[in-house]
This record gives sequence, C-alpha cells and structure tokens, in this order.
Amino acid sequence: MRSAVIVFPGSNCDRDVAVALERASGVAPAMVWHRETSLPPVDFIVLPGGFSYGDYLRGGAIAARSPVMRDVEAHAQAGVPILGICNGFQVLTEIGLLPGILMRNAGLKFICRDVHVAVADNETAFTAGYAKDQVLRIPVAHNEGNYFADEATLDALEDDGRIAFRYTTPQGDINEAGNPNGSARNIAGIYNETRTVLGLMPHPERVVDSAHGGTDGVALFDGLVKALAQ
Amino acid sequence: MSEVNQETATEHGLSASEYETMLSIMGRTPLITELGIFSVMWSEHCSYKSSRKWLKTLPTEGPQVICGPGENAGVVDIGDGLAAVFKIESHNHPSFIEPYQGAATGVGGIMRDVFTMGARPVANMNALRFGSPDHPKTRHLVSGVVAGIGGYGNCIGVPTVGGETNFDPAYNGNILVNAMTVGIANADKIFYSAAAGPGNPVVYVGSKTGRDGIHGATMASAEFDDDSEEKRPTVQVGDPFTEKLLLEACLELMATDAIVAIQDMGAAGLTSSTVEMADKGGVGVELNLEKTPVREEGMTPYEIMLSESQERMLMVLKPGREEESRAIFEKWELDFAVIGRVTDSGHVVLRMNGELVADIPVAPLVDAAPVYDRPWERTPARNELAAAEVEMPAKPLDALRQLLASPNHCSRRWIWEQYDHMVMGDTAHHPGGDSAMVRIHGSERGLAITTDCTPRYCHAEPEAGGKQAVAEAWRNLIAVGATPLALTNNLNFGSPERKSIMGQFVGCVTGIGAAASALDFPVVSGNVSFYNETSGEAILPTPVIGGLGLVEDLTKTTRLAFPAPEQAIVLIGTTTGWLGASSYLQEIEGRTDGAPPPVDLSLEKINGSFVRAQIVNGAVTACHDISDGGLIVAIAEMAMASGIGANIEVVQADIPLHAWLFGEDQARYILTTTDPDAMLKTANSEGVMATVIGITGGESLTVGGSHTISVNDLRDAHEAWLPEYMAAP
Repeated sequence: MRSAVIVFPGSNCDRDVAVALERASGVAPAMVWHRETSLPPVDFIVLPGGFSYGDYLRGGAIAARSPVMRDVEAHAQAGVPILGICNGFQVLTEIGLLPGILMRNAGLKFICRDVHVAVADNETAFTAGYAKDQVLRIPVAHNEGNYFADEATLDALEDDGRIAFRYTTPQGDINEAGNPNGSARNIAGIYNETRTVLGLMPHPERVVDSAHGGTDGVALFDGLVKALAQ
Repeated sequence: MSEVNQETATEHGLSASEYETMLSIMGRTPLITELGIFSVMWSEHCSYKSSRKWLKTLPTEGPQVICGPGENAGVVDIGDGLAAVFKIESHNHPSFIEPYQGAATGVGGIMRDVFTMGARPVANMNALRFGSPDHPKTRHLVSGVVAGIGGYGNCIGVPTVGGETNFDPAYNGNILVNAMTVGIANADKIFYSAAAGPGNPVVYVGSKTGRDGIHGATMASAEFDDDSEEKRPTVQVGDPFTEKLLLEACLELMATDAIVAIQDMGAAGLTSSTVEMADKGGVGVELNLEKTPVREEGMTPYEIMLSESQERMLMVLKPGREEESRAIFEKWELDFAVIGRVTDSGHVVLRMNGELVADIPVAPLVDAAPVYDRPWERTPARNELAAAEVEMPAKPLDALRQLLASPNHCSRRWIWEQYDHMVMGDTAHHPGGDSAMVRIHGSERGLAITTDCTPRYCHAEPEAGGKQAVAEAWRNLIAVGATPLALTNNLNFGSPERKSIMGQFVGCVTGIGAAASALDFPVVSGNVSFYNETSGEAILPTPVIGGLGLVEDLTKTTRLAFPAPEQAIVLIGTTTGWLGASSYLQEIEGRTDGAPPPVDLSLEKINGSFVRAQIVNGAVTACHDISDGGLIVAIAEMAMASGIGANIEVVQADIPLHAWLFGEDQARYILTTTDPDAMLKTANSEGVMATVIGITGGESLTVGGSHTISVNDLRDAHEAWLPEYMAAP
C-alpha cells in the first residue's frame, strides 16, 4: 500500500500515524508538505492530528486552504480512500468533503483519555478488520470534537449508513454516559457519500502497540492494507 | 526616561552599590539601554547573586554527565549514542498574575531550553503548588494554570506525562508553576551557546519582537504586594504554534553543520542571549537593532533589548551558510534576520540606525555581577513527636478515606486528562504512577521521569527536607524499575534578604547536596526562584527535584496497580510509626508539628538497590514507594488502581496502629510478588528489612482482621474531590 501523510504547519500526529502505517504495510508513507501541489502516486491518504496553523480562526480552517488540498480533493473525487484523524477530520469538514462541524467540547476542556466506540459495520476498507458492532477502546485528545450538523443531515447520515463510529460506554451502550464531548448522536466518525473518506475524532494510531496499553487500532490499519491490496 | 542617575537605577532594581560598580565599569554615565542591560543581567533571576555561593556546593559530576549546570539544560548519556537533555524552570510570578499565559509561556520557555541544545523534546512534566482550596483565587488559578500548560504542550505536540500538585495556604499569594522538559539528542550533536569566530553572522530567528514582557526578569526578582496585578503587562503571551515551527526549523537546521552556537531568548530576551553567548565564547558581539524583526512600530533600542517576547532564538552561523539557513526558516514561515556579527572586541556594541546606543565590556558585566553571601540563620530543630501524642482514630480506615479524599491526596485525573499525555506514541506508563515513562523512540528502552518535593518537611527541617526530596525522586524512579541518572532542581523560596528564609535555602541545598552525593544522583541543571512572598508572607520552602532514570528493557518495569489476587504484599524498609510533620497529622488532626522523618541515605541506597534488582529480575509484579500518608495510603493507591483489594494481616504490635498505618518513615516500598519466600531470602542475605504483611484479593481493604473498607468506596471518594471542587461556582 502506497500511502501519503499530509503535513501542515502545526501537525503533530504525523509521525505517529506514519509509524502505524509502516507497521501495517511495511512501507513508510510519503510525508507530503502542505505547499506541494500534487501528490505522488498513492492508494491511501491520511490527514493527521495536531493543531494545523495553531487552530487559529477555527480548527482545520486554514489548512483546508493549503495548496496540497486541491490535489487531495481530486483524489477524493477519484475514489482514493482518505482518513482524517482529529484535526484531519476538522480539515475534511472545513473543505466540505464531510458535512457538519466539530465544535468546542461540551465540557469546555481539552480531553485526553480512552473512550469506547462501536463500529457500525465492517463493509468499508477502514472497518474491514473489525466485526460489526465491535466495541473498541481508543483514546481521544481534543478540544473541539463535539460533532454537530442539522437534523436533516444527521438523519441522512444515519439513513445512508455514513456514521462509521459512535461513542459508547465500556459495555457498548450508545448513550449520554458514553459521550465524552457532546457530539450529536454520539458521532465519533463519519463517511462521505461514497464511504471512501472517513473523518474520525479518536486516534487509532495511538493504540497499535502493546506498549501503548491497547491495540484496538491495529485492525483499522491492517484491514486497510488488506482491503486495498484486493 | 532617557536620563540615567541613581534614581533611575533604583527604579531598575539596582542598589546604590550595584550602581556604583556599574559606573566604574563604564567609566561614564551609562545610556538608558545600558542601564536596562545591567539591571536585568544583575537581577536575581539572571545573576543568581544570592544563591550562587551555595549552588556551587552541589555535586554535578558523574560518568553519565555530558553537560552539567551552566548551559541551557543538563545533558546525560543514555547509551546507544543518545543523550537526554533536561531541565526544570519556574514561572511562578507570571502565573499568579495571569495563570493561563504565565503557565503556557513557562512550558514554552523550558522546551526552548531543551531544543536549543539539539534535542527533540519528548516529555513535559510539572510541579504545581496552589493556595488553600478555600482561598477565593485558588479555583481560578488551578483552572488557568492547567489550561495553560495543556494549551501549550498539547498544541506543540509534546506529551505532558506527569507531575505533582499540592495545596497549602502558604501559597495563597504566590503559587508555584515549575515546568520540566526532557528531550533526546544524538550524544555527539549537542549544541552550545558559546559564540565564536569574529566576523560570523549573528542571526535572529522566530517570532517578531513586541513590547510584551519588558522587565519580566526584574519582576521575578522582587516580592509581590497588593498591587501586583498591575504588573500584568510584564507577562508574556505564548504562541505554541510558532514554537512548533521554531522547533522543527531549528532541528532541521541542526541536522546540517551550519550552526556555531545557539541560545534561546528567555528571561531578559535579546539582552541575556547576546551577553551570555559573547561571555561564554570570550568574544564581542555587534548588533544593528533596526534589523530586528519587530511586531510594533517605533520600538526603542531599550524595548527591543528588554522585550521578553516568546518563541525567539539567537544563533551564530558559520560564514556563508546564511542562505541555506534562511531557506529552512522561510519554509517554516518564520522570521530570519542577520542582525549583527561576532567581533573580537569583547564588547557588546548596539547600534540603532547607525547611532550607538550601548557599548558594554562583556567580561566586567558578567564577572562583576554581584555575588552576595547573605546572612542566614539555621531553622531551629524540632522535637520528635511520639505516636502516643497523636490521638488514635476510632476507625482508622475512615481516616484513610478522609485522607484519600483530601485536596492533597485526591486523584489528579481532572488535571492530567486535560494534558495530551500520549502524543508522539511513546508514552509507556500513563500518568498516576510513581514515575512517568516514555519509550526512547524506535527502541524498547525508556526514560522514567518524576518531580518531587515535600514542603512541610522542608519547612520543619530544611536539611532533612532537601534530602527527602532527592530521596523520594530517587525512590520513584526505582519503583518503576529505572536506574536513576541525574536530577534537575527548582529551588522556590521567599526573600533571600531575610535571614530565616536564607537559612531555609542553605539547609535545603545542603540536604540536596548530601543526598545527591550519597545516591550518585548528580545535579545537572536547575533554577532558583526567590521572592516568592506577598506582603511579607513567604511560601513554604519548596525545592522541587526533577529526577530522570533509564530503563534498559521496557518489559521489565513495574506499575503500582495490584496485578492479580492471591499475591503476597511485601513491605520493604523499617517502620517506626513516624507521625511528626506527616500528612496524616496535617489533614486529620490539623497539626503541623513534630520533626520530619529522618532520611538515612545509606538505607535508601541499600533498599532501593534491592528493589530495583528484584524488579529487573522479574520477581516483582507491582511496586509503589511509600511517601505522603504512609504505607496504608500506598496500599490503597495500589488497590484503587486495580480494583483488587488486600488483606493486611500482619501489623506491627509494638507500634500504635495509626502510627504504623500512616507514619512516614523513609526508604520504604510496597511490592507484590508470587514468590515471597525467594524475595525474603534474598532480602535477608542483603541486610534489607522485608516483611510479608498481607495478600491481595477481594474487593475490600482489610487491616488486622477487624478493620475493613470497600475499594470502590475509597475510589469514589478519591476521584470525586477535585472535579467537584473545580465544578463549584
């Protein structure tokens, strides 16, 4: 799997996701600086976590206008799978590849801790390594992860099977107690219409190694490598 | 503003004799910019004038030490061609005035100190002290400081992996915010600050210079009074995004061989960086200040030299390397300006649009910096407090619950969940343990890090308190299976102009030196913060120790949570039931009397070496050092971390139960093991006191058969206090 990690000024999970990609695929991803205007040939693109442009204006707002994003959009149109993690999710909503926005956490504080999310289905490249309804323990680390969209959009996301992951309790119940940041309908991750672009607030790259204290992110990267090889 | 005389010198914080010395160095009436430079260089903050005599007594050497005190940070060898670069530094005064920015820029400053030396920061730690929870400002200060530390570290992407937080009314008017950073560099590519090579370009990089933070170092060198909030404009404003760019740009340039010397602009900004680089290299520096990137129009040379705007660096480059260096900084969208050159004059010469605004001989400015042998008086020794003089609680485990739910013992989860403690993907132990643990990237080795100090001991008996702070840091490193390497210290005290405070300082430094020597745990960097007092009320003496240890194999480390039921609980060390100056006495009885526990350094070494060897040999399944609150608090913490209870069957009959449970005798650990016989046999052969006191299991903590409490009850009380306190209006 040939992959690329887009690096913006202020990205800070770029190395972490590169380690996870190399672990899964055996090949180091291309690290693409945001001022590039075209990507190398790739099968998969990651927009990493961090604070691109210091989150000034709004998280992801300035990065969405970076030169490289024109070619990222073109790849999205061509169906190349794109994963935006945390700040990368914010960039995807800012550029309009995903609907809705990520608001300030309901508790008005940065949250860094393990949360639980349920996998809605395992029919995309991103979730091929999981079982349907599997509950994962994955950390979040964000100040603005409170997903919001209007009711019609939320209904459409639900009807079209575009809600990829939802926050749950450790037991797998989708309710207020399992929602760390106030996200509408406990949304932790959503797809675009073709289910080839995924925005995800939790950090799967932080649970790919037993030293991390968890390995529930391994199947995401391994599943991608396998799915994209077919 | 422009006329310089005794009066303006006094306004700049220079004494009459200091002004006289300055006049004799200059041989003329100084210009205003020159006065500004002298005043900050001779401030307590920059010159260490009250502390230097005593700091010289600390042990700073060892085979592992690559660079001791005097540079931006300390450097130790960690094997495999790598070095750890680390330091702790205070930002107390600014954080009291403006908690978010004060704490944030404290974190930014200490990270710059580390990456200036060529290291990538891999972990941040902190030590915080706040006033009484009942004080009207405390909640606001906790909230702002924690958000500020998180705001900076989270954005730059360096994990904040641990620290310590305590409350005491002595900090009502002066909180402490000490921030520590650990970085990793190639051992053969450490960057230093000595300027060299007359003619070489002097380059300014990073943020533009604004009018913020002018005289911050001078503020940090005076006491507070009731009008301190008016000093808010002296607090700098941090921009972690720019620092992230500066970090990446500096490391990218450091991968070339273009840099001769580099120094961050911290306290006293361009002044101290210029003077220190010139002094260390024994050269002169000429700057053309109009070339300095500035944020505001009409800035005077005085303002440019004294600004403490953040995220800036000064470098000396090899000749002809300017353009490749400029390209790197432009890639990262940072300012890059050649503002001067190295000379052989031995003077710092500053011009603004051709006009001479300062010409100061560097060596006299630095060498004649005042050094004071401040008068001091020894803190009177205290009497030992017999356990019989402390009332026995009817229900000792209710007292335990009360202790665990108190401000100084409750869970700090509310704090560390606001810090990104996992970014960089190498956090091996999450916060809440004895030491933080980060993996050395790309290896299976690790660095253990801790910050420690028990101010009530330091207040009771400074020398014992200084020893104890070092011993506790050492124990915390041992308790995770690390080999302690070296320490950094942050010495927070009141006004050194008072004999009693100076006595506290001398006592603590003496104790630190004795312990650091005895434990082969040298001091490689540090910071002194005096004048932590408001309207004559000083803080408790708080010499924070930041300890660093090395782990050769991360699979052979220990955590404090009980791993499983049916394991033997072993107490290492000697228990006398020492309740003097204990946490129990303070929190349960509301008393602070009695001598603190004595620190037997040879016993620390024997017990600690035994524990570490047992861990490395795989004989230990969990380990926790015993400190505040005594052995029952340690056991309760191990139980709460796992949800597994314990039955403590063997109590020491010759000691009153509450003293046995809550006494704070030093050099002790709690271990669990599956093979207690083998452990006790080894302990016996090495002269280590080891006793099996109970067994893990169940859902309750039971002591002596008759006292019992549910682990869930304890955990609920322990977790509840801080979030509830912070949520209150």
